[in-house]
Amino acid sequence: MTRPAPATDPDSDGLSLHRIGVRFGGLVALDDVSLRVPPGRTVGVIGPNGAGKTTLFNVVCGFVTPTTGTITLDGRALRPRPHRLARLGIARTLQGVGLFGGLTVLENVMVGAEHAGRRPESAWEALERCGVTPQAHALPGGLPYAVRKRVALARALVAQPRLLLLDEPAGGLGADEIAELGELITGLPCAVLLVEHHMDLVMAVCDEILVLDFGKPVAHGTPAEIRTDQAVVDAYLGAAA
Amino acid sequence: MDRFVFLTFDGLSRGAVYAAFALALVLIWRATRIVNFAQGAMAVATAYVGYSVSAATGSYWLGFAVAVLGGLLLGAVTERVVMRLVDHSSHLNGVVVALGLVLVIQGVLGMIYGNEFRPAEAPFSREAFTVGGIALLSRFDLFVFGAVFLVVALLVVLFTRTSVGLRMRASAFAPDVSRLLGVNVGGMLTLGWALAAAVGSLAGMLVLPTELGLHPNAMDIVFVSSFTAAVVGGLDSAVGAVAGGLIVGLLLSYVSGYLGATVAPIAVLLLLVVVLLGRPGGLFSRSAARAV
Repeated sequence: MTRPAPATDPDSDGLSLHRIGVRFGGLVALDDVSLRVPPGRTVGVIGPNGAGKTTLFNVVCGFVTPTTGTITLDGRALRPRPHRLARLGIARTLQGVGLFGGLTVLENVMVGAEHAGRRPESAWEALERCGVTPQAHALPGGLPYAVRKRVALARALVAQPRLLLLDEPAGGLGADEIAELGELITGLPCAVLLVEHHMDLVMAVCDEILVLDFGKPVAHGTPAEIRTDQAVVDAYLGAAA
Repeated sequence: MDRFVFLTFDGLSRGAVYAAFALALVLIWRATRIVNFAQGAMAVATAYVGYSVSAATGSYWLGFAVAVLGGLLLGAVTERVVMRLVDHSSHLNGVVVALGLVLVIQGVLGMIYGNEFRPAEAPFSREAFTVGGIALLSRFDLFVFGAVFLVVALLVVLFTRTSVGLRMRASAFAPDVSRLLGVNVGGMLTLGWALAAAVGSLAGMLVLPTELGLHPNAMDIVFVSSFTAAVVGGLDSAVGAVAGGLIVGLLLSYVSGYLGATVAPIAVLLLLVVVLLGRPGGLFSRSAARAV
């Protein structure tokens, strides 16, 4: 698969969130969250349920408008709108997989490819990369959950994004499947923003990790730093153990 | 036997028109979950314009083209200017607005053209060929079959072979996911309404010459028959709409022929009740697949 240049362009600084705050009525979903996803890097966002991880994704996608803060892409202010994301080179997978039930696997992936006017071959390449070529002509409804997740990933990859947002990609997968997923993510040439509960996967694939708790950033650093951070152990890892 | 053969061909010819009109209803239902009750009135409006152009230029075909293209335009405008502003929290809102549109369009047509029937000429002879003494089909019937077949074929190619069709289907299934993938969902909706209205206008041009002619309410009965056809087919299914159209056409033809024209509307209602009781999802429903 040939890659577009921007992923390695030294002038581009990727996605930056600067002091983002989101309120739903009285509820503070995100409070003063800053994050940078440089080109080609994998950044993880972890935290307990309700920590604001998915809200963070929704802010980047334009489903939620932040109450405060700014978003920039390559240094330019970004006012995300869902249908413009693909044009900006941002792709997202959904927690609920979100495949089109009445469309075949190949057609599902083709919808992701259409926007950029890519050739049908690129859809096959994406299916191949995610290992779902044999299921190309099946309807997603009848496929195992793990396969459907791979199809959703193929659909996100087909547009050859420079930033991929992965929303709990390991959810519902077995240990072997998670290991395969980890290899797949590590091999991606694009920047990845990953929201995930599965700590082994996050520690294995991420270059840096942001920890949220009740919408507030608790820690930020490399996997090694996060593993030993006392605040994280208290808020998240300790509770999980 | 002669009578049966004649009624069968007549029923298939009418059924083809109902099929096209039902297909237009299905197109909008699939994209928006709204039954476009205004589709009959919209078709009449474009037919009036078409016949006005024909009268002014002397060319039936120019008027025909204007009617169908007018449908395309009217459908797009209806979606952009009216339907887009409707609160989508309940599908009922869209249905109520569509019913309101019927009154507005019929009222305006009455003011412009008057509430009396005007002749709607057919482009071909409606006199049936006879083979071995049995009256079969007229040239106009052949034209109807050809036009409906062409429309169905074009729609099949559009939805199964083109990227626009794929995007339209994706938008109908899951608008939010489609947006994330870069699909212009609003544009697909506009296109869907435009195509549906154009197909409706075509159906109007095919059916009006066989009825009493042009009148603001001329498509009301056709709408009821076509709506029945769409429901019989499952509202969700294009194949079902075509099959439902042919079933309703044949039923109407046989009942009118053997029992009298006054019984025909009751037969359509009876069919609707029987199908809704026996198979509420319609004969070709794919609603189970959609729910995934």
